Amino acid sequence: MAISNLRKWLATGLLSLAAATTVQADTFVFTAIPDEDETKLVERFRGVADYLQEQLDVEVRYIPVKSYAAAVSAFRNNQVQLAWFGGLSGVQARRLVPGSEAIAQGVEDEAFETYFIANTSTGIQPADSLDELEDELRGKTFTFGSKGSTSGRLMPEFYIRDVFNEAPDSLFSRVGFSGNHTRTLRLVEAGTYEVGALNFQVWEKELENGNIDTDAVQVIWRTPTYPDYQWTIRGDVDERFGDGFKQKMTEALLNLDDPALLESFPRSGFIPASNDDYEPIRATAENIGILD
Amino acid sequence: MFAYPTVRASFIFLAVALLGLLVADIAITTANPWQDLGRFFLGVATPNFFSTEGLLTALLRTVAFAFVGVTLGSICGFLLALVYRFLPVRIFCAFIRAIHELFWALIFLQFFGFHPLTGVLAIAIPYAGIFAKVYSEILEEADPEPGRLLPPGTSSIAAFLYARIPDCWVQMRTYTAYRLECGLRSSAILGFVGLPTLGFYLESSFSQGLYSDAGAMLILFYVLIATMPLWLRPKLLPVYVLAAPFFLGDGLPIVWGNVERFFTEDIIPSPIRDGEGLAAIWAWLSDVLITEALPGIWNTVVLTQIALVATGILSLLAFPLISNHFGGPVRRTSGHVFLVIARSTPEYILAYILLQLWGPSMLPAVVALALHNGGIIGHLIGRQTNTIHLRPDAPVGFSRYSWELVPRIYRSFLAFLFYRWEIIMRETAILGILGIYTLGFYVDSAIQNIQFDRAMVLILITALLNIGVDALGRFIRRKLALQTMPTC
Repeated sequence: MAISNLRKWLATGLLSLAAATTVQADTFVFTAIPDEDETKLVERFRGVADYLQEQLDVEVRYIPVKSYAAAVSAFRNNQVQLAWFGGLSGVQARRLVPGSEAIAQGVEDEAFETYFIANTSTGIQPADSLDELEDELRGKTFTFGSKGSTSGRLMPEFYIRDVFNEAPDSLFSRVGFSGNHTRTLRLVEAGTYEVGALNFQVWEKELENGNIDTDAVQVIWRTPTYPDYQWTIRGDVDERFGDGFKQKMTEALLNLDDPALLESFPRSGFIPASNDDYEPIRATAENIGILD
Repeated sequence: MFAYPTVRASFIFLAVALLGLLVADIAITTANPWQDLGRFFLGVATPNFFSTEGLLTALLRTVAFAFVGVTLGSICGFLLALVYRFLPVRIFCAFIRAIHELFWALIFLQFFGFHPLTGVLAIAIPYAGIFAKVYSEILEEADPEPGRLLPPGTSSIAAFLYARIPDCWVQMRTYTAYRLECGLRSSAILGFVGLPTLGFYLESSFSQGLYSDAGAMLILFYVLIATMPLWLRPKLLPVYVLAAPFFLGDGLPIVWGNVERFFTEDIIPSPIRDGEGLAAIWAWLSDVLITEALPGIWNTVVLTQIALVATGILSLLAFPLISNHFGGPVRRTSGHVFLVIARSTPEYILAYILLQLWGPSMLPAVVALALHNGGIIGHLIGRQTNTIHLRPDAPVGFSRYSWELVPRIYRSFLAFLFYRWEIIMRETAILGILGIYTLGFYVDSAIQNIQFDRAMVLILITALLNIGVDALGRFIRRKLALQTMPTC
């Protein structure tokens, strides 16, 4: 009995390996950083997948990931060939994949902003410059978005360090990472954290849709502008999907004009981008030690 | 009273935990924690089973990953058990089981990516280490008599198969089936890092506050575990095991170049990779140790000690819930349901839920660890009290609890508790991924920054810490002459 069972188990082990190595060759796969509520992401990117599939005549598949780093790793490992990255994750990805290129960004991404928001129970009033808020902010609880976020982590941390000359965890009594922008908004609105920093587009969209209790939470400071989200594609897609594929992909993204799809991003349209556009992000990330 | 070593040990641990409480970060930081908790329970009471089309698929994947992972782990563990007497094998096994499934998953994600192998190996590897240890213990305790009766010249393989295995078979089968339940829990939480199991959807629903959806998933998971005796029949087992690999999903193809790159570049400390000198390597290492490893170790140890004592207290409070010595059948049934829920919910999921509701501090982690582990130990010693027959005129109520039962089960209670010490520490480290500043927090940060060299150093340190606590736990159990069956 023991032996026959053992044999069965061994056979299964081999089978599992065989089953696991099934490959689907010609599907073009893309992903996106999980910066917002997942149901929104799936809705948004399924639409994009359908659109791209129609435009490019290849099977296009979107896979959701659970963290910014997972998006970068999947891109680096060639399990996805295209990604909607934030400024920082895009810089990380392009450093790791030589030949990869930023091909398009949202119209709004040329001049992106981070909003610092506070629960109204703190009594913090909006200010024009961050240093006016030093006394109010000191000792409060504070949440970033994801650890790998540009608007939710990199830029707010940069300005906190730049203006107050100290690390966030010495200025604030408690520093957390909510995971994404929608979550930051909800946590500060609920008072779990007193202050937070998030992507201004998420704030504006939620505000427009009436999803923010403006009696409970308000914007207290806006950062200067910086470049953010972009579509980044691997350099080897032409070899794999045929000559001119990258060009066709770029055009398809730039021509995307379905208002419903654009609204879901939310962007008013996509415009050309280049790796050099993100030089300021790279410098900032090195400055605060997120990049070596 | 202090003359008893078990009592002295208990008070030492209690004192350490109380000191830990003084320095620990224990707080509820949300403005309306009870309101959220109420909404959560309302969600569980009004489950929505039709939220995601993928819910049943996720449940199927959860079972499939558990079956394949546990099967592979038990085969490898069995082979390792045969050579377990060699020190290098023992060290190797101690090492692979000291690294939590989620850490293994995070490592494999970096080069296998979203391929089913990531999830399978994340379960199989640490489980192989645990199986090797437990199988070898079972084999060692087998009755040597049948072996002696074999005619001279019997090959050692035949002797092993016909004289040793039959004696151990039932015990090994029971333990393996028990491990499968643990495998289901492990499989479910792998979803939190992106594998297509239940945790994937649970995390999404929870973070969006969709408590009815999350409640439905939790209920399905409890039903799955509670009905195991019904669907997990020995005769059906080969069918499950053979079918499971086909239900893992396709994932994305493996690119083998990534594997090589990971081992030859990614995890090499950056100063070595860049060819900088010894001084740079030292500077790099001390930076990792001082800014990340030390605070991580401190928080991990503090949290572990508090959670250990909280687990102990909860176990002692909880076991009467299912004990024949108290209450009627109705109360005992509800006690059973409570303990099944407490121990079936992985501490990672409990901690995640409580963190969402109460905000980030060590408190949700302590409560989650105590509930889960206390549920397990409470169940075990509660069952044990059912075998105790007291005199007909024995006291009832609180006197029965404190003067008759607790003294009788105290030694096995301590044995279970010290056995789970290392498990609690392994979980404590991993809870860092959720935002508590234990070692897992720094591992996760390094991975988010794509600094796998740092992540590997921190994972190694976590493993060493676990091995240390495991050894200490075994030493104390030996000192106090406590014996126990393994739990997971």
